[in-house]
Amino acid sequence: MNPSMTASTDAIAIRLQAVSHTFAGRPALCELSADIRRGVITGLVGPDGAGKTTLLRLMAGLLKASAGSIRVEGLDPVMAGDALRLQLGYMPQKFGLYEDLSVLENLTLYADLRGVTGAAREESFQRLLAFTDLARFTERLAGKLSGGMKQKLGLACTLLGSPRILLLDEPCVGVDPISRRELWRMVSSLADGGMAVLWSTSYLDEAELCGEVLLMHEGRLQYSGSPQALMDSMQGRSLLLQDIAGNRRQVLQRALRSPAVIDGALQGHAVRLVLREAGVLPDLASLQAGPDARLQQVKPRLEDAFIDLLGGGPGGDSPLTEHMPPARLPEGVDADAVIVAEQLTRRFGDFVATDHVDFRIRRGEIFGLLGPNGAGKSTTFKMMCGLLPVSSGAARVMGLDLQQSASQARQQIGYMAQKFALYGNLSVAQNLEFFSGIYGLSGARQRAAVADMVRVFALHPFLSMNAGELPLGFKQRLALACALMHQPPLLFLDEPTSGVDPVSRREFWSHINGLVDKGVTVMVTTHFMDEAEYCDRIGLVYRGRMIAAGTPDALKAMVVSAELPDPSMEDAFIALVERDDRQREAT
Amino acid sequence: MWQRLFTLIRKEMQALLRSPQSRRLLIAPVLLQLLLFPFAATLEVKNSTLAVFNQDGGAASIELVQRLAATQAFPHVLMLHSQQAMQQVIDRQQALLAISLPQDLSRKLAAGQSVAAQAIIDGRRSNSAQIAYGYALQVIQQFAAEHSHQAPAARLVVQNLYNPNLEYRWFVLPSLVAIITTIGCLMVTALSLAREREEGTFEQLLVSPLTPGYIMAGKALPGMLVALVQGCIIAAAAVWVYQVPFSGTLGLLILSMLCYGLSLVGFGLLISALSSNQQQAFLGSFAFMSPAVILSGYMAPVENMPLPLRMVSAVDPLSHFIIIVKGIFLKGYGLAEAWPQLWPLLAIAASTLALAYLMFLRRSH
Repeated sequence: MNPSMTASTDAIAIRLQAVSHTFAGRPALCELSADIRRGVITGLVGPDGAGKTTLLRLMAGLLKASAGSIRVEGLDPVMAGDALRLQLGYMPQKFGLYEDLSVLENLTLYADLRGVTGAAREESFQRLLAFTDLARFTERLAGKLSGGMKQKLGLACTLLGSPRILLLDEPCVGVDPISRRELWRMVSSLADGGMAVLWSTSYLDEAELCGEVLLMHEGRLQYSGSPQALMDSMQGRSLLLQDIAGNRRQVLQRALRSPAVIDGALQGHAVRLVLREAGVLPDLASLQAGPDARLQQVKPRLEDAFIDLLGGGPGGDSPLTEHMPPARLPEGVDADAVIVAEQLTRRFGDFVATDHVDFRIRRGEIFGLLGPNGAGKSTTFKMMCGLLPVSSGAARVMGLDLQQSASQARQQIGYMAQKFALYGNLSVAQNLEFFSGIYGLSGARQRAAVADMVRVFALHPFLSMNAGELPLGFKQRLALACALMHQPPLLFLDEPTSGVDPVSRREFWSHINGLVDKGVTVMVTTHFMDEAEYCDRIGLVYRGRMIAAGTPDALKAMVVSAELPDPSMEDAFIALVERDDRQREAT
Repeated sequence: MWQRLFTLIRKEMQALLRSPQSRRLLIAPVLLQLLLFPFAATLEVKNSTLAVFNQDGGAASIELVQRLAATQAFPHVLMLHSQQAMQQVIDRQQALLAISLPQDLSRKLAAGQSVAAQAIIDGRRSNSAQIAYGYALQVIQQFAAEHSHQAPAARLVVQNLYNPNLEYRWFVLPSLVAIITTIGCLMVTALSLAREREEGTFEQLLVSPLTPGYIMAGKALPGMLVALVQGCIIAAAAVWVYQVPFSGTLGLLILSMLCYGLSLVGFGLLISALSSNQQQAFLGSFAFMSPAVILSGYMAPVENMPLPLRMVSAVDPLSHFIIIVKGIFLKGYGLAEAWPQLWPLLAIAASTLALAYLMFLRRSH
């Protein structure tokens, strides 16, 4: 038996002491010290670029730290790589599944690689397939699995050889809430069995469930310890402003101007605020939220604490709002039906990805498409912005059919994709010039539009930098700038804030709120439940059909029950999807 | 309208020229091949070894061996002393050609009788051995003619038109203009579109008011520009560095380069329309490149190929372009002479572009 297997049985599985790492002179991790214990899930929490992956790779022995010491089971992960290999399961963000091999073939391959053979292999396959609920799909190609199932298979492959430490790099990216809960349950049971689990995530709501968290920002550890303790420290500082009359976006904007408030966000019809100091309230009258408005204390969230640690949110005023002119509708366009889907259907062979979907979006409204992966959300979205032809039915923007007058209709659209589709090897300035150019801006108008965007989004220091090398938050700003340069009255956002830090996300939504006040109509797809709260209305897409539509509060109200008196958006999402499953089974 | 097209082209050029690596990647292979090809892809036989088994040893045979050794083809002569040794040097590839001179060579020559010498050729290296054999034959025939007392019955007087000294570089370099530009142009069109697909910028273009025609033109023109610049560099090097005569007009060369570029761009866009990532586009480009070069007539004459391959060669833009470039360099082609090859290029371009456009529409709509 390997001597190190018996060596350390104490509670601490990994010990980090003053770990620093630099990539080509750029610091990625800075003087990080922490202990990772067995038997709990430790959340490694932070936005993209915080240094989570670097830290995981250091622990897995794939990188050597520039300074400091790392001890995994008391051993140096680089020097003792061979001894640790079987004790350590590392699941990178894109787990190396072979898409052209079946589930079983992938498992067999990884069993070979980890030296799990003979009877032990049969036993582990049975156990892991049952554990991940993949036993029914052993013959299916890995490439044909859903995002959640791929992650489960990745987890199963990582668990071969029964590691004592599990390092998971953002296991829930691209996984819908239902699969997310399943994956969480699985990993929890592993931790309960005494495994040390490090779970990296950029979702702060996910982090709240962890036993311990390491909260990271820009390579520095902001907090380590129990998330509950951190949330408790915010006690009394989280408030909900309810029963607002009038425009809740403007109420939020006014609230964020108050020195007593460090952060705020929309939550359905209400506005959620975080105070600088417990008990010091903003002046209710100055918020102009109507006669019935009242402030109520609510349970603090981890996100409140994180934003507090980062020194507060970005404020509510978007310089973009001052720059953008009011969005006008062309003559004869119905302001109640700026974006229209009528019996919208898309078939891929026998498979109906979008099945007779109807909705109409008013001018100045934010309409969100929400749904599990593969539910038809993206297909619907793509048809609405003309990226995919419709099989039957109609998709119209500004009264123009996207099939017939595509070019004319597209001039009205601003589009921002999930991956921030910028030219990574062109400079920021060249990207701005290019995107303004293809929307027909030239000469003085073009120069003015570029200059405005540079000013509004504070891009000046980065102008000659390659877009691909920008920090993520600035990539997002640049992508939004490129989408808005031609001042479109319609904005299509496809998962616009995946992975960016909460402060950048706030800032992004303050821009969107500002645009909406100017009459811009927004259609958005999202995985973030708190982002769904910013929407005026949500369409929940499942198995190609729109199973529910309405305001965020209305969707929550649909699932209120004795067990769930005050459901969250995620609760509503899961309950509605499960209800639809039951209805389909019944018929 | 022009402004949008200009924006697309400028973006493409910026992407190509912005980083030092990509600039190097455009120029370095051209220079490298320009240095290597004319020397490595030689069709002449030089520096070969000739093995001689001289059983005679008389004055005439020694003179003949010296004459053979004096040719450029055989700077090394291996003297053998047995029939087995002849077999061995061929087996071990120590010599390309082995000649055995009979015992009575000097005597028979002196007596004015005819002499039979034996040559053994390494058939594994058929082409160069044939050429070597040709050289040796020439030397021996001349030697025989000088030693014979009667004038030969008939004589062939050869004049090598367009390339009087049969300089193989005159043949290689114009072909190189065609081959190297092919690589550059395909990479720019096929790979860059595939990359945009991978990075998601392609969708960003599709949601813009640009029509598919614009997007394709925005890829096609930079590809043609790259082909033109690379082609001009090689043509200039051919004229000023390698001293290949340029007997046609520059205008026609540029015009035909543009036509060729257009037909390549058609294939490039077709490949990119068929592939969903850079890897596939890369493999696709190579799947096009190798047969295009082999069937172009650069390596083996098209006339010698079986009919089906000749038909494929007819739709190979490279085969037409090589004829045009060689014609412009060596034969002083004008538009009239180039036209029989130019119109097929345009026809190929029209059909591949149309096909690529249809594929493009089908995939994006």
